[in-house]
Amino acid sequence: MSKTEKIDENKRDFLYLAAAGMGVVGVGSAVWPLVDSMNPAADVLALASTEVDLSSVEIGQSIKVVWRGKPVFIRRRTKEEITEANSVEVETLRDKQSDTDRVQNPEWLIMVGVCTHLGCIPLGNKPAEVKGEYNGWFCPCHGSHYDTSGRIRKGPAPKNLEVPEYKFVTDTQVIIG
Amino acid sequence: MSGNTEKGQFDNKVVSWVDERLPIFTMLSKEYGVFPTPKNFNYFWNFGAIAMAMLSIMILTGIFLAMNYTAHADEAFNSVERITRDVNYGWLLRYLHMNGASFFFIAVYIHIGRGLFYGSYKGPRELLWIFGVLIFLLMMGTAFMGYTLPWSQMSGWGATVITNLFSAIPIVGDSIHTLLIGGFTVDNPTLNRFFALHYLLPFVIVAVVFLHVWALHVTGSNNPLGIEPKSKKDTLPFHPYYTSKDVFGLSVFLLFYLWVVFFHPLALSHADHFKPFDSMVTPEHIVPEWYFLPFYAILKSFTADLVIPFTGIILVEAKLLGVLAMFGSIGLLFVLPWLDSSPVRSATFRPIYKICLFLLLISMLVLGYTGSQPAEGWVVVAAQITTAYYFIHFLVILPLLGKIERTKPLPKSINESVLAKKEGK
Repeated sequence: MSKTEKIDENKRDFLYLAAAGMGVVGVGSAVWPLVDSMNPAADVLALASTEVDLSSVEIGQSIKVVWRGKPVFIRRRTKEEITEANSVEVETLRDKQSDTDRVQNPEWLIMVGVCTHLGCIPLGNKPAEVKGEYNGWFCPCHGSHYDTSGRIRKGPAPKNLEVPEYKFVTDTQVIIG
Repeated sequence: MSGNTEKGQFDNKVVSWVDERLPIFTMLSKEYGVFPTPKNFNYFWNFGAIAMAMLSIMILTGIFLAMNYTAHADEAFNSVERITRDVNYGWLLRYLHMNGASFFFIAVYIHIGRGLFYGSYKGPRELLWIFGVLIFLLMMGTAFMGYTLPWSQMSGWGATVITNLFSAIPIVGDSIHTLLIGGFTVDNPTLNRFFALHYLLPFVIVAVVFLHVWALHVTGSNNPLGIEPKSKKDTLPFHPYYTSKDVFGLSVFLLFYLWVVFFHPLALSHADHFKPFDSMVTPEHIVPEWYFLPFYAILKSFTADLVIPFTGIILVEAKLLGVLAMFGSIGLLFVLPWLDSSPVRSATFRPIYKICLFLLLISMLVLGYTGSQPAEGWVVVAAQITTAYYFIHFLVILPLLGKIERTKPLPKSINESVLAKKEGK
């Protein structure tokens, strides 16, 4: 470059920015495979749906089945429990959902048995277990209380127990997932 | 190495030959031989060296444990039992390692407490302090992942709860959570990556310890009076004065450590840590290791959402509040040098700060206890009060106290104070 030639600062800035931008894109695309390798692998994602036979479940009884490595609670609710779930003012709830939005058939409450706080499994399925102040489920880890519709009523959990996708094949056969 | 500071003056020819090409002996002599160190250290100044010894013990026992450990969800629990029962001295390695974590934290908590009492975080030692907090954070991560490796009920559910903390982050939380555990639930991919990271992080800690010590050797050590050494009379060469004192302090500390290892190896453990992980059943009562309890209590003490009054609009969910407060309680330590407005370092000369710091210690102990209890009744209230004090201490008291507190007069020099103390007796 001769002395008389002037440096165009704008061109320089553009070149710096373009080079740095390209560098960021390059490093980013090199790092992404490393990060993405930590995401669930294909075999983990390929977990099938679960089919459950409900014919042996009595009224008032709950069962726990495994779906994608998580427990799914299936409770055949009593009339009282259904009435109790429907008698709540939806507006007063933390996660506003009416009972009818959470069930296909009011008798069968099907939901993922993982506390929405920090992922523990709430108690309340077996007759001897504590059911919490709302007669549904109680999470022993940090004290979240769920009602007979699996909705959060008290404690630190932010959301109701998740309702998975499911389909009744017959009256007593259900496919979860 | 008898006090030579100039390059190449070593009696041994081999040492001289090496030192002329790589002045490592000159460096050792300068930093650990003649290094001028305040002469008024008390025994609280032992715990840096003790922590470093514990780190070495952890790395050494960990390497040999890894030779017999199987990082697979189906095998991990049994391989740890096999180490305890069948591997030669496997029981010793395991108990040294699992109790070593506790004693590493004991040393580090005393080390941090000393820093708080004597104002070691204040200028010019801010960066030294920040490296220290970074080491503390890395230790917490390493200890947590190490705890998951035996794949017991406590391991698996501890991993579930802690990784779920990240799901509290708005919008991207669930994706981050899935990325961390590598599936929909804590399972084999989680165990594998935790083992890889548990093996890696200690060496990262070693690197940050190196920076920590480097920064220490630039600024020099603080001391119980919190005033800088002014002349040669105020200091002693590190060797032999503090090498011998550190060896003595370390020996006493190791006695306690080995007493637990040999006579009460499971005293700090939980029964649920000896049942294999069952992803379908959460233990009745899960608690982290004792050294995490105060922070766990802070997490649990947020039981209500932050709402705009009378509207019911939720600003921050209770879950996210708890997570933010827990990480915030450690994050505060990073900015501590700028929160404390007092120019006086040592609490010896700060009567009100001394009381506040004592209250902080009480709060941490109460938090530790409440963290170990089920979140019901008065336990929640006690945790909330002490959590409030923790944040008030750092965010309100420290910035204001420096402006209103009447400090006691500082001695003219370390030497003068030491001599006065001696004559007083």
